[in-house]
Amino acid sequence: MNELVKQQWLIPFLPLVAAAVQALLPRTARKLSAGICLTAMGASCVLALRAFVGTLGHHEAERAVWNFVWFDYGTTRLELGFILDPMTAAMALMVAFVGFWIFVNATGYMSDDENFTRFFCFLSLFAAAMLGLVVANNLLMLFMCWELVGLCSYLLIGFWHFKPSAAAAMKKAFITTRIGDVGFFLGILLLSWQAGTLNLYDGGNGALEQAGALAGIPGWFGWSMATTIAMLLFIGAMGKSAQFPLHVWLPDAMEGPTPVSALIHAATMVAAGVFMVGRMFALFAADTSGLALNIVMWVGCFTALFSATIAVAQFDIKRVLAYSTCSQLGFMMMALGAGGLAPGQFHLLTHAFFKALLFLGSGCVIIGTHHEQDMRKMGGLRKYMPVTFGCYLIGMLALAGVPPFAGFWSKDEVLLVAFQRNKLAWGLATFAAFLTAFYMTRQMFMVFAGKWRGHHEPHEVPWNMWLPIAVLSVFAVGLGFFGAQYGHYLGAHGEDPHGKWIVMGLSVAVGAAGILLGWIVYGRRTMEHADEPDPLAVKLGALFTCLNRKWYVDEFYDATIIRATMLLGELWRAFDKLVIDGILHGIAWMAWGVSQVVRWVGDEFFINGGFDAGCESVRLSGREFAKFQAGRIQGYLRILCLGTVILLVIWYLK
Amino acid sequence: MKPGLPYLSLITFLPLAGALVVLLLPKTQERAMKVAALGASVASLLLTFCAWTRFVPSAGMMLVERHPWIAALNVDYHVGVDGLSVAMVLLTAVITPLAMLAHWKLKENVKLFFFLFLLLETGMFGVFTALNFFHWFIYWELGLIPMFFLIKIWGHENRTYASFKFFLYTLGGSIGMLVAFGFLWMATGTFDFIELRALAANGELGRTLAEFALRWHWNPATFASVLFWATLVGFAIKVPIWPFHTWLPDAHTQAPTGGSMVLAAILLKMGVYGFLRVVLPIFPAQVAAHVDILLLLALASIVLGAFAALAQTDFKRLVAYSSVNHMGYAMLGIFATAAAAGPEMFNDKAAALNGAVLQMFNHGISSAALFFMVGVIYDRTHTRALADYGGLRKIMPIYAGILGISMFSSLGLPGLNGFVGEFLVFKGAFPVVTKTAIAATIGLVVTAVFLLQMMQKVCFGPLNEKWNGLTDMTAREQFIGAMLMFFMFWIGIYPAPLLDAANDAVMGLVKLFEVAR
Repeated sequence: MNELVKQQWLIPFLPLVAAAVQALLPRTARKLSAGICLTAMGASCVLALRAFVGTLGHHEAERAVWNFVWFDYGTTRLELGFILDPMTAAMALMVAFVGFWIFVNATGYMSDDENFTRFFCFLSLFAAAMLGLVVANNLLMLFMCWELVGLCSYLLIGFWHFKPSAAAAMKKAFITTRIGDVGFFLGILLLSWQAGTLNLYDGGNGALEQAGALAGIPGWFGWSMATTIAMLLFIGAMGKSAQFPLHVWLPDAMEGPTPVSALIHAATMVAAGVFMVGRMFALFAADTSGLALNIVMWVGCFTALFSATIAVAQFDIKRVLAYSTCSQLGFMMMALGAGGLAPGQFHLLTHAFFKALLFLGSGCVIIGTHHEQDMRKMGGLRKYMPVTFGCYLIGMLALAGVPPFAGFWSKDEVLLVAFQRNKLAWGLATFAAFLTAFYMTRQMFMVFAGKWRGHHEPHEVPWNMWLPIAVLSVFAVGLGFFGAQYGHYLGAHGEDPHGKWIVMGLSVAVGAAGILLGWIVYGRRTMEHADEPDPLAVKLGALFTCLNRKWYVDEFYDATIIRATMLLGELWRAFDKLVIDGILHGIAWMAWGVSQVVRWVGDEFFINGGFDAGCESVRLSGREFAKFQAGRIQGYLRILCLGTVILLVIWYLK
Repeated sequence: MKPGLPYLSLITFLPLAGALVVLLLPKTQERAMKVAALGASVASLLLTFCAWTRFVPSAGMMLVERHPWIAALNVDYHVGVDGLSVAMVLLTAVITPLAMLAHWKLKENVKLFFFLFLLLETGMFGVFTALNFFHWFIYWELGLIPMFFLIKIWGHENRTYASFKFFLYTLGGSIGMLVAFGFLWMATGTFDFIELRALAANGELGRTLAEFALRWHWNPATFASVLFWATLVGFAIKVPIWPFHTWLPDAHTQAPTGGSMVLAAILLKMGVYGFLRVVLPIFPAQVAAHVDILLLLALASIVLGAFAALAQTDFKRLVAYSSVNHMGYAMLGIFATAAAAGPEMFNDKAAALNGAVLQMFNHGISSAALFFMVGVIYDRTHTRALADYGGLRKIMPIYAGILGISMFSSLGLPGLNGFVGEFLVFKGAFPVVTKTAIAATIGLVVTAVFLLQMMQKVCFGPLNEKWNGLTDMTAREQFIGAMLMFFMFWIGIYPAPLLDAANDAVMGLVKLFEVAR
């Protein structure tokens, strides 16, 4: 491991080089661009696999780090560094592997786009930043990569920048996450101050190795220092992982091309918040009061349920998946908050596979239906797109938590750890799991069952689009079996079987109930026409509208925070114009008045006419400027001369 | 110090020589004038590189030239660079030729334009190298006059108002400074920055000033405070620190492109540099005594500057307001150095001040780039209203790319220069002045909002049909952008060379405040 960690930098470096090369490639070099990109990603994947194999059989507490100096300042220095431990190895492998297949899919999805090379450039840059984030052994380096994945997300959401909705969504995503990032940034500053380092592990001196000591120091708001820092960092995680109330950007981010949604807004970047909380888990768990973890758990639990309710009432195929992603990220956060580091990370990994599968599947559907995203205008696609249907079904069953698919195993562990921590949180999460099964069944029936309700006949997609989802579905089925091994690998210290069978039984039951209800509402009688009302809307009425409008959170923000910010802008602009410039102009007029008096007194009584005549031209030009309320140049010049004269006199007298 | 080439004098006066050549060339030889001007400026740049290679950070003041000049006033011709100024000399040397290159196609009054520009460059080099107030002040004012004419003659629609506001405001600030230094000279008999700093450090200056005041039956404490504020306001106007900033949006907006580039990149730094060279070393006790209000003003610059930028509808005015905000971060770093704190905060203060020095350089690069990009689009569209643009990325992808990188550099994105400076300022200021630093993070969000909004309005959305025929950046324009981007990436990825150059001088300054207390 100690040798392997010295190669960790290569994992993000290869895609970075690919991005740099592609930035300089001409638009026409499409094949070359995709080739470079896939080669770099494949190589990173191999390196990540090597690192992963190297960590197998090691205990979770075993880790290798490699720190280096970035620059010196004062009498000290700032270091950055790389890490290799099971969490990093598993995450890096997932990112590189899923990323690779999403790249393959993108070669098909983006094949008609004139900015194909630019797309792959951004995608490679994203992969580099994301892998950098994963292998960082330094919170500053993690933050820098964190911001860079945010940049790529911004660029890729707005890839079709000529669409006003995309232009608005890219800005919204960056700013919303930036608000979270300020919290993260403050957390970094506080940690750097209190721990004296931002290296996470450093032979006993790392920030995380001091977590216990930090828990003993009083921090802010009556919390311990460890909890204070953890909470600040968590604000950043909430922004990135779209937790309530900073979730609003993620659904809008669906404006980006679908491979982007799959890679960034489902599998990897949005999970970075969860990963970071997992990475900093020692800090969150340091305080014996468990306050930090409780907050994480409740935010996660609420988001899981809240987003699931919204997903029920969406019509855009990608928006359903987007809210589902919010909800699943909530599950992961809840697991971490309940103290389940391993279940949270495990769910992150399985979710990455099946959600990437679902998003790529939705991308296939969108391409197959000639860029249709409204599920009401689909239907009957099972006939037209059998491969996509098969893979999508696997993804849907995994997400709904049906055994033996991957999602079942990880979600079951999440629910178990919640059950052991807090029964209410478990109850709410179980209800969210029920809704998940329901809205996914709704989607399946609307998209694949019944008859085709669109215009042009749909078609199956080419191999480079369906092959990736086929590969991912293998993992969506099989990854769960890895779970038993995984708990040990990430370090669940002796699994507590308490409540295991109740939780598992109920989890299966609600999954089945959700699917059954979905069939009752949407499956028994499928939609005939695109403009038919949703059966659920008929039953729920105003509530459905409310859910469809996402509980009006966007409207609320528009009316409060955004309006207040804009008003503050106007206020200070006006303040500069009216108050500050007003005072300035007042002073200018006063100086002008004084200069008139000085001129009159000085010129008439003390200075002879010759000088006066000389000044006349200056004064004439000066009068010209009187209409520009800025004041009088000669007035100032006089004062300047006067001051110099006084100084000379004083000097002479001395 | 072994005698060598008088690098600093050569760097400073080469542009002046170029200016004379431009003046002597016949009126029809416009191209020759441009070549001569650029040549002189590039020669200074090459000499600056040579000087940089000879620079040893730990050696204190380097490349010193000192010759007796006016014996009656005890004035020496004294120049030199240390870690506080060397980056500024480099910045001046880099930005000025690029700004001239931005006006390569200029047709009106070519001779006067390039003459003034070179004169301005001499003034700017002089300010960053002179170590005696006497000739330093001449350079300081020399920076003012050419800029006044650049705005007045080649500026936009409201140029007269803007140029006079700029001139009178800055001049008004200078007067106080002149008077204050007059008194300092009367009390101590020297105009030399280094000598005054030494006097202040060993407490001599305080005693001398007190004796002087008592001779005139003035209150010694008030007297010292008046001198301090008179000096400070002169620099605060130049930086500018809120609420002395309202000349800036007008001057920047109305100036021609190259003028705005130099104004934002270098002239503002003269103010910040004044704090490093004059205010902090000569008035450490007064700075420490008034640090709370100074921090508040820095905070106001950051937050209010950002909010005011948010409400701008003019592309150039928005960029101008971003300067108020960005200079606020530099001032936060500088004032944090002076805040009360124990010796265990030494490295934090060093981080803050290093960050401020880096921020000066970074803002020079990114603001020059942004103003240049405004100029590029103005040349094509003859409008600066954000609402008039839209969708330009579709027809001008290179422009959009360079604008995007410059914008993110200004926003402080990791990997580009802005981040390193801002991070160091915050890292250092946070332990020392925690509440101010927390409040200042509001600026980080609002900066992102107004910059992204700008980007959206200019480059994204549907293309405004009016601009269908616009051409993308020319090779010359791309070259200017590429040069600036080189610095953005270099400092963003590997800031160590600049920080190493500054660190020793920075630590010297921080140590002053351990003694002052």
